[in-house]
Parts: sequence; C-alpha cells; structure tokens
Amino acid sequence: MTAEALPFPGLRGVPVAEVPATAKDYSSDQEVRWCPGCGDYVILKTIQGFLPELGLRRENIVFISGIGCSSRFPYYLDTYGMHSIHGRAPAIATGLATTRGDLSVWVVTGDGDALSIGGNHLIHAMRRNVNLKILLFNNRIYGLTKGQFSPTSEAGKVTKSSPDGSVGAPFNPVALALGADATFVARAIDSDRAGLTEVLRAAAAHRGTALVEIYQNCPIFNDGAFEVLKNPAESARRLVRLRDGATYNIDGRAYVHDVRSASAESSWALSRLDDGSMERVPVGIFRCVERPTFDDQVRENRARAEKGDDAAFLSLLAGPDPWTVA
Amino acid sequence: MEAMTTKQIDSIVVRFAGDSGDGMQLTGDRFTQESAVFGNDLATLPNFPAEIRAPQGTLAGVSSFQVQVAEHAVLTPGDAPDVLVAMNPAALRVNAGDVARGGTIIVDTQEFTARNLTKAGYRSNPVEDGSLADYIVHPIDMTSLTVAAVKEFGLGRKDAARAKNMFGLGLLSWMYGRPTESTEAFIRSRFANKPAIREANLAAFRAGWNYGETAEAFAVSYDVRPAPMKPGRYRNITGNTALAYGLMAAARSAGLELFLGAYPITPASDILHELSKHARFGVTTFQAEDEIAGACAAIGASYGGALGVTSTSGPGVCLKSEALGLAVSLELPLVVVDVQRGGPSTGLPTKTEQSDLLQALFGRNGEAPLPVIAPRSSADCFAAAVEAVEIAIRYRTPVMLLSDGYLANGSEPWQIPQPGDQPSIDPGFATEPNHETDDGARAFWPYKREPETLARPWAVPGTPGLEHRIGGIEKGDGHGNISYEPDNHDLMVRTRQAKVDRVTQVIGDTWVDDPDGDAELLVIGWGSTYGPVAEACTRLRKQGQSVAHAHLRALNPFPHDLGEVLRRYSRVVCPEMNLGQLSMLLRARYLVDVVGHNQVRGLPFQVAEIEDALLTHLQEVGR
Ligand code: SF4
Repeated sequence: MTAEALPFPGLRGVPVAEVPATAKDYSSDQEVRWCPGCGDYVILKTIQGFLPELGLRRENIVFISGIGCSSRFPYYLDTYGMHSIHGRAPAIATGLATTRGDLSVWVVTGDGDALSIGGNHLIHAMRRNVNLKILLFNNRIYGLTKGQFSPTSEAGKVTKSSPDGSVGAPFNPVALALGADATFVARAIDSDRAGLTEVLRAAAAHRGTALVEIYQNCPIFNDGAFEVLKNPAESARRLVRLRDGATYNIDGRAYVHDVRSASAESSWALSRLDDGSMERVPVGIFRCVERPTFDDQVRENRARAEKGDDAAFLSLLAGPDPWTVA
Repeated sequence: MEAMTTKQIDSIVVRFAGDSGDGMQLTGDRFTQESAVFGNDLATLPNFPAEIRAPQGTLAGVSSFQVQVAEHAVLTPGDAPDVLVAMNPAALRVNAGDVARGGTIIVDTQEFTARNLTKAGYRSNPVEDGSLADYIVHPIDMTSLTVAAVKEFGLGRKDAARAKNMFGLGLLSWMYGRPTESTEAFIRSRFANKPAIREANLAAFRAGWNYGETAEAFAVSYDVRPAPMKPGRYRNITGNTALAYGLMAAARSAGLELFLGAYPITPASDILHELSKHARFGVTTFQAEDEIAGACAAIGASYGGALGVTSTSGPGVCLKSEALGLAVSLELPLVVVDVQRGGPSTGLPTKTEQSDLLQALFGRNGEAPLPVIAPRSSADCFAAAVEAVEIAIRYRTPVMLLSDGYLANGSEPWQIPQPGDQPSIDPGFATEPNHETDDGARAFWPYKREPETLARPWAVPGTPGLEHRIGGIEKGDGHGNISYEPDNHDLMVRTRQAKVDRVTQVIGDTWVDDPDGDAELLVIGWGSTYGPVAEACTRLRKQGQSVAHAHLRALNPFPHDLGEVLRRYSRVVCPEMNLGQLSMLLRARYLVDVVGHNQVRGLPFQVAEIEDALLTHLQEVGR
C-alpha cells in the first residue's frame, strides 16, 4: 500500500506505515533543552501528536532546520533529521526533496533564520514550489543569541542591540510569502493546538511549498509578544479565524475569502489586515492554490528522458569526432 | 601555377586572433579537430575577454585561440606562435609581440582602415610601415575574397563577410595539409536549418583552401605527421567536459544518481551546461538561487543518498565555505569543483590562476580538513573527477577538485575509456543497526566508524530502524548526540583530521620522473603546471642536464613519501601561478627549503620561462 490511498496529495509517493504510530513513537530519546515555558514545547507536542495522523513510515519523514532556538526541533523527533546552518535549511531540503520523492520533508525555521540570513532561500523555495512544509516559528526576537531585534520585531523595539529602539519596519511573513507566490500560506498560534493542527493538516495535504507562520512566545527575551491573541478577553475580538468562503470586512469593503483565487485578492487583503497593532489578526489559511511542484517536474523530466545504457554512455564519451590509432 | 613544395616539420603553433564577434574560438576549435583526426598530438589555449562583446575593434575585445600540433607528444599549447592569423589591427597589436621571430603573420587587410588602426593605437599601418620586418607578412583582403566567394547565396554584405573566419580556416588547413571532411560535416550540421549560411560557410572555407593553393605567396605547404600514440580510440576534449564526464562515469560506477547544485560562474559554467544535457544518464542539475544554495542543495541530495556535487570558481568557494564546513561535520560525500581563475574578488574571470590552493585547504572556520585533488591536464580532468568521487564516497567526506581556467577551456586528445575501464565503487549504504547498547539492545550510531578508513555509516532517510539526527553542532563520538564535552571535541577534531590523513591509503606514492637518477635539482608542481614543467624538463635533459620532476595530484593529504622525496634533492623548485602557496605548505610541513618560481599573469607558464629558471638553479647547484 502506498500513500496514494491517503487523502493527502502532498504525500503522494511516500510509503505508509503498516502499524499506526503514536505521539510517543515520534519523540526521540534526547532531553529537550528549551527554556521553561518556551512556546516551542507546545509546538513540539502538537507536531508529535499530529504526525501519526499522516500514517507514514517514520523513516520516510525528514525534518531539516537551520540555526536558532527553533532549529533544535529535529533532535526531539524520532525521524530522520538535520540541524544545518543558519538560513540554509530550505536549500538543503530542496536538494533532498528533488532527489527523493518518497520522503515527506519538513523545514523548521525561525524569524531570523528564514527572513534575515536565509531570506533568499525561502523566497526561492516558495517561487519554485518545492514540496516542502516550512514551519516558521516567529517569536519576533533573536533568542539563541540572547535578545537582539529580528526582522519581524516591531519598529522601535528596545533590545541589547537597539538601546534606542530598532529602526526599520518589520517584515510581514505572510505578505512576503504571498509576494513570492507561495502556493500555500497559513498562520497559527503556538498555544492553539486545534488551530495549529488544522493548519498542519492542510499544509501536509498540499502538494507544493507550504509556509506556516507560527506565532511563538519567547518568555525569556520577548515575553507576551502575542499575549493579546491568547487571553480570552482580548482574543475574541482580535482573532480573525479564516474560513474559505466567509466574508471579511476590510477598510469598508467586503471580501469573500477564496483561498484558491489566482489573483489572491482576499489573501492579500487579509495578510495586510494587521497593521502591527494586533487589533485584528487573521489565523488560518490565507492561500492554497495548485501549481506544479519543482521536484515533481524535475523527476518527470528525468523519467521522460529515454534511459541511457552503457553503450549510449560510451558513445557520449566518444563524442562526434573520435579517431582510432592502430 | 607554381610547382608546389611540401616541407616536413615536427610541430607548429598557430594562433587565431580577432574581435570577440569574429568566431576565433570556433575557428581554432575546428583547426584543432582537423589535426586531432589527422593523428597529431596537440594542446590548446583559448584566451578571451570577460566582456561578451567588448566594443568592436578595440584591444579589450580581442579573442584568440592557440594550438600546438605535433608529430610527437606535446603537453602545452606552445610558447610562441609560428603563425598568427590576425583579423583586425587590434588582434595584431595584442598578439604580434608573441609571434616567434621569423614567424608568419596573416592579416585581413580590409579591416586595416584608418579608423580601426586608431582604435588599436597604431599611428601608421604596421603592415606597410616596415615594423613587421622580422616576420613573413601575408596581407590578404580576406573579407572581400569571402564576400566574392559567397556572392551567389544572396546574403547581405554583413552576413557574407561573417564567413571570413572560415576563409582563414580554409587557408590554414591548406597550409598544413589538414583533412577537411570533419569541418565540412560540422558546417553542414551546425547550419542545417540555414541553407544560405551553410553554403556560404562551405564556400568561404573552400575559397580559403583554394587561395592557398593558387596564390603565389604560398608556394610552400607544410606537413606535420601524425604523432605516435598508444593504440586506441581518441577524441579531443576540454577540461570542463572531461570533468563532467568523469563525475558521470563515477556516479554510474557507484550506481548513484548525480545531483549538481550550481550557480553560473565563469569559468565553471560549462560543467553545469554539460551535465544539464544528461538527465537520461541519471543526472539532475539544479541551477540554484546562489552559490550557497548550490552547495546546500548538493548536501541535501547526498544526505538522501545521491552523489552531491557543486561546481564553481574561487568567489563561489568563498560563499560556499560555511556549507563545506557543514559537510565536513556531517561527514557526507560531496564533490566541490573549483575551476580557479584570477583573483582576488572578481579578478580575472576568464583567465587562469592557481591561487585558491590555500583557500581549498584552509578556507573554513575551525579545523575543517577535506581532501583536495588537482588534475594535471585537460584530459586528466576525467580521471581526477573519478578519483574525487571515489574518495568522497569511501571516506564520507567533501572533496575539493581544483581545476583551473586553462585546463577548463583548453583541450587535448583523450583516450576514450572502454567498457569495464571504470572500477566499481560501492556506496556501502547502512542498512541495519551497528551498535549494541549496555542493555543488549541494537541501536544505530551514526558516528561509529569503520576502523580502516574512519568513515562513518551513510544511512539515508527511508531506511527503517536507522532514524537519527545529525548536524553542524559538535557530536559525541559514536552515538552522535550533541556534545559539548571538552575531551570529546578534542577527539572529534583529531578524528576528522585522521580520517582525511588516511586518504593516503588510496593516493599512492609521489609521482617522480627522475630518469637519470643523479639529479640534484627537483622541480615540483601541481595542477596545470604539469605540461610546461614536464616539457621544460624534457628540453633540459636533451641538453644533457639532470633534473627530476615531481607532480602532486593530491594536495591534501600529501602522499605518504613526499617528505622523503623532497629531502633526496639538494634543491627543490616549485613553479606556481600564485605567490608560493604550495611552496609555503611544503616548507611548513617538511622543513625543506623549497624555492618558489611564481607568476600570476592569468596565463599558463611558457616552457622557455621555466627552462630558463631551472637552468639558473642547475648552474647554482653546480650541475
Ligand atoms: S530563548 Fe526564547 S525562544 Fe529560545 S528557547 Fe528560550 S524561550 Fe524559547
């Protein structure tokens, strides 16, 4: 049996497990070393709980990360994993996914890793539409290097490297992904296990690059960055849960959200809804469109090429003008 | 018609020079191919500007192609051209000084207008003012002769004149009795869909030949007989093509998919171009968003069980450095091709240099050793690539393959491998647990090593039971979990070095050519200096001098006996196209007083230059 039977086109070609797995099967023997209360813990738990749902063979799942607190993630999952270098995980994952269509490849990255040092690889992975699931843990700060402002920190952020407040506007990761023509873009919150699982499920189902921004609390260097979205009194009015087909009023205009729209009109408008004040913050799926994936196309091109045997290879080596010395 | 005479000569050096748009590379290539088919030994030196089309008629826009063809073995394209074909004044001005005294210069007079002469910086016409009195000058209106020859095909004057390079080729082909069939076949296939242009090029080519035959000026033609070569099938091949084929052949021997991650860069792009054509042989090429991604994607492919390769030139190696450190730490097979060019920074993109040696060895943070292999000739790029792949797989390590711009674009005859010539390479993927824990359970330890090579297992995703995590952070010996233990780090650093040192197991003894056995002087080189050094040694020996020649193919690690070899001689000279990088390494490692002979002109050494330098040393050591 192959994964064709699964309801997930994103996992086509990845072999399925004979025996169902549990969350425990996915936890490695390594001691988890994030700071107490770090949002990474609950994301890890959610993902360990979610992965069995895919029904895949554990050995066919690979997590690749860059550098940063979140990038320790692969050590804690009992799958194949690589903790690589700063910002480069999407490039490494592209090489892996392109050569191995039988793997489910995930990238774990942070706001500094993905949007600062690795920005180029991120946008090109999305442009190419490599079948990767990119989980961007956004805590709006540099944690591992002890608290400098990041490319998603709000302007004027006072940190060790910006005692007078940081200068320059932050990135909006969702808008950036849409701008790079990502085929799947979503946002979730670390503590919202149900919401995060729903987004992960849709990301796994999607064939192509899925960019999932996860708001993640760093209690040490940027505590409470997303508190207003978590505290029930506040979150009810601030959180905008996205539903395909629902209508949202933005700047006096009604948008019927259409995640599959080619023009991405509602996706774009919704991505800009939060002006940074977190008055209205959409979570859920912004965009989910089909486009041929890079890795599928490369593999198809190769499969289509008429196979060259040894004789063909030797004639290639000989070239058009060989000569013989007797 | 005059009675024709044919003179026997043993070798000839021809240089075609013209504007970038004049098709000189193609012309040289065809002359080379005709000579190869004829059976001469040969070596070529293309030389072109970095600008794709520098302003017409300027010195900056001059492109040239030199070839030496001989009835004996040749290792270099020759020091000084015996014949220069100069298609315009700029080409003459840039190249005339290199021509051997008494040599022949053929110019297209049509281009020697007042305007073009001024552009080239001539105050008067050198063809007429006697300044070329030391040469035999043939002023020929090649443009008009070409236009007249192709008149019947109805091309505009500009298109008609464009065929003048074929006129020049035809003339030279006549002068040296080259067989013309291969060029005619080439023209037919190249312009298969453009009948008028095809016929015009054929007509111009034949017109050039006939001009040689009928013009009184060319009463003599020359004959360079075929060179004695080992029996077999040959072709002419450039270094970049040979290198690409070597990678493919080795990947086939190992039964691995070949994955190239690369970003376009001169002079390495032709490797990307060549490999891109061969999907049917299991090759995947990935034109990455940058140099870093090229290396990283290759690492990702190797992690998945393919043969990851990344190709670039020096500036690209700078960008890949961090990724190469990762590959050293991950201990995965990877081949890094550096086609060296003039540096620093952008430097001389189309010219050659050997100045990335120290970068290859040491250009990473931390103690990050990796094997370094350098081919010695264009054809040798094939075998060197095979060797790099073998080492990468056997020792689970990135390997740097150091070619250079001269090898990359130059060409020479290559004996085509026969079926079964390639050794089979066993990737030896891990399939099961390799360790028993204290409680008797079977476990997989990603950093448990093979005792002979110190290589770690290559366990690729998809292998059940071997799930594991690796990374650039320091790992504990054996189990591979994160470890910050001081003693463990010391052990891991030393073990990675020891593993690379063990590559001496496969690289063999130092190659030394010391036919007399009593030489006091040893000349040692690496990479593309092999040709000029070997020829200089041959010349000196013909003069009765004793000189030994050592050549290094492995730059890291050095062959096990290198220190002993160096100490055998009272003087060791090391010619390099850098300011003394190998000399520095040899001096540091073996405490031998190696003397450098260095040049960084963007061009290969001339044989005479090395010969002179060695003569001086021979006089000093008293032999
Ligand atoms: S520094 Fe912040 S993000 Fe990093 S582990 Fe600690 S709490 Fe988590």
